[in-house]
Amino acid sequence: MKQEFKVIADLLPNNTRVLDVGCGDGSLMNFLVKEKNIETRGLELDQNNVQECIYKGLTVIQGNAETELYQFPDQSFDYVVLSQTLQAFYKPDKVLNELLRIGKSVIVSIPNFGYWKVRTSLLLFGKMPITKTLPNTWFNTPNLHMCTIKDLYNYCEDQNINIKKVIGVNESSTSYIKRGNLEIKNLFSKLGIFLIG
Amino acid sequence: MPSLAGLFFWMNRKIENINKITVTKPLKLDCGKTIKDFPLAYETYGKLNENKDNAILVFHALTGDQFIAGTNPVTKKDGWWVTAVGPNKAIDTNKYFVICANVIGGCMGSLGPSDINKETNQPYGLDFPVITIKDIVRAQESLLDHLGIKKLLCATGGSMGGMQLLQFCATFPEKTFSAIPIACSSSHSAQNIALNELARQAIMADPVWDNGKYFLKNTQPKNGLAVARMVGHISYLSEQGMQEKFGRKLQEKADYEFSFNADFQVESYLRHQGSSFVERFDANSVLYITRAMDYFDLNKQYKGGLVEAFKNQSTKFLVISFSSDWLYTTKENKDIVIALNAAGADVSYSEIVTDKGHDSFLLNEPEFLKTLKGFVDSMYEKFKK
Repeated sequence: MKQEFKVIADLLPNNTRVLDVGCGDGSLMNFLVKEKNIETRGLELDQNNVQECIYKGLTVIQGNAETELYQFPDQSFDYVVLSQTLQAFYKPDKVLNELLRIGKSVIVSIPNFGYWKVRTSLLLFGKMPITKTLPNTWFNTPNLHMCTIKDLYNYCEDQNINIKKVIGVNESSTSYIKRGNLEIKNLFSKLGIFLIG
Repeated sequence: MPSLAGLFFWMNRKIENINKITVTKPLKLDCGKTIKDFPLAYETYGKLNENKDNAILVFHALTGDQFIAGTNPVTKKDGWWVTAVGPNKAIDTNKYFVICANVIGGCMGSLGPSDINKETNQPYGLDFPVITIKDIVRAQESLLDHLGIKKLLCATGGSMGGMQLLQFCATFPEKTFSAIPIACSSSHSAQNIALNELARQAIMADPVWDNGKYFLKNTQPKNGLAVARMVGHISYLSEQGMQEKFGRKLQEKADYEFSFNADFQVESYLRHQGSSFVERFDANSVLYITRAMDYFDLNKQYKGGLVEAFKNQSTKFLVISFSSDWLYTTKENKDIVIALNAAGADVSYSEIVTDKGHDSFLLNEPEFLKTLKGFVDSMYEKFKK
């Protein structure tokens, strides 16, 4: 399992109820069910991924998170997880509100546009960055609203969204991010994982 | 047009040698009347294992019957769900014990309007009570007792079969471990009622129908029944699918005949579907079963609506819809998913992308069959003792 999922799994207590939005082939859910006795539900757009989840015996609903989160009742999950998809929505702010409505807590991870390699690419080469977490070129990227760890941090504060934990991920190393070290972590984290709500 | 030979076939169909139970327990129907000691015909495939945890109940659609797999012993044609059920199929009869009953109101051995009314010694015709989906489902309860099955591994059905399944889960919430409603709805839409009404009016407009008393003259309102079937067949396809399959292709001719014969392939197809249908199905059964579909409204049955209907479900659901199905749309199927979610039920959902319309669940649609197999097999792993 990839490093990001390990960090997310560690944030989730055993025996809880979790909605994985954009659950892909269900590898995170499968881990949570088997290792942590967590009751999971997934929402996934891609038909092959949905099939893969069903094969694994996971509960998954085929649908678009942008338009179909309304079907989940208020506060019906202990946690809602959204992995590296926030930036791909037309209206990420609305989606975030929906996640906070459905889950008592929300875990959101973002590819960090403030990572130094990303900054360098633009600054030195004047080109849109292509990295491991941002592998697409400008014309075919699904990412519509790129943001940095700092952006999301500020956004949560502005919107009075309670920030419980922020974790920066760079390869296998992880570290907590607070207001005090935000500038430096924003430069050196490839990925930001926010526990909010 | 329907052949005379075909008609004789219907009249003389051998439906004696089929499995039947007699349901002795009186069944009070929604209309207020009670039926008892009535026949319920069924068929099974595969073997029930020792733990009795591999049983799958299939509910058939409007014009289906209990013969889902292999060869239908009455019509000598393939079972209606031969694409999905059989040895090594998505629902593998080497592994699972698959059961299907003929609906009451039907004409393949279960009590229906073509049966003899013991009070008059004549076929019921329109004296047959108007039945509902709930009646149809409740009539099948004793079959599970008869087969010694306490809890099914899975229950499934498409179209009207899916409606029966939703009713089954609401009425008997503990009877199945998992459920796969396919291309169905929790309440029949205005469009679907309208199409059913078209089918009924076609039958009733045929003078041979004679208020349902055609049996007295040993005949069938075959013209009206064939038109009713044509209506159905149009609704089972999609606009795009029909265009791709038939386009404007002519039927074994180079140019228009300047007549009203079947010039176009699509006309020929519909006429064939119509005429072969009258050989195997009873016109009054179409009236009764379509009426049961129209009356189906789970939202109305429960005060709190659909969410209330599905409350306290431990059944694991997989709802499947087809993108080009305009008879039971993705939206209607999603409404079921939303209600199940709101009720806190365990529900998965998949929309299969296809241009084959409502009929997709009967066809060799690989993505659909893969999803079906994946779900059934994974449920068995969870359910088996």
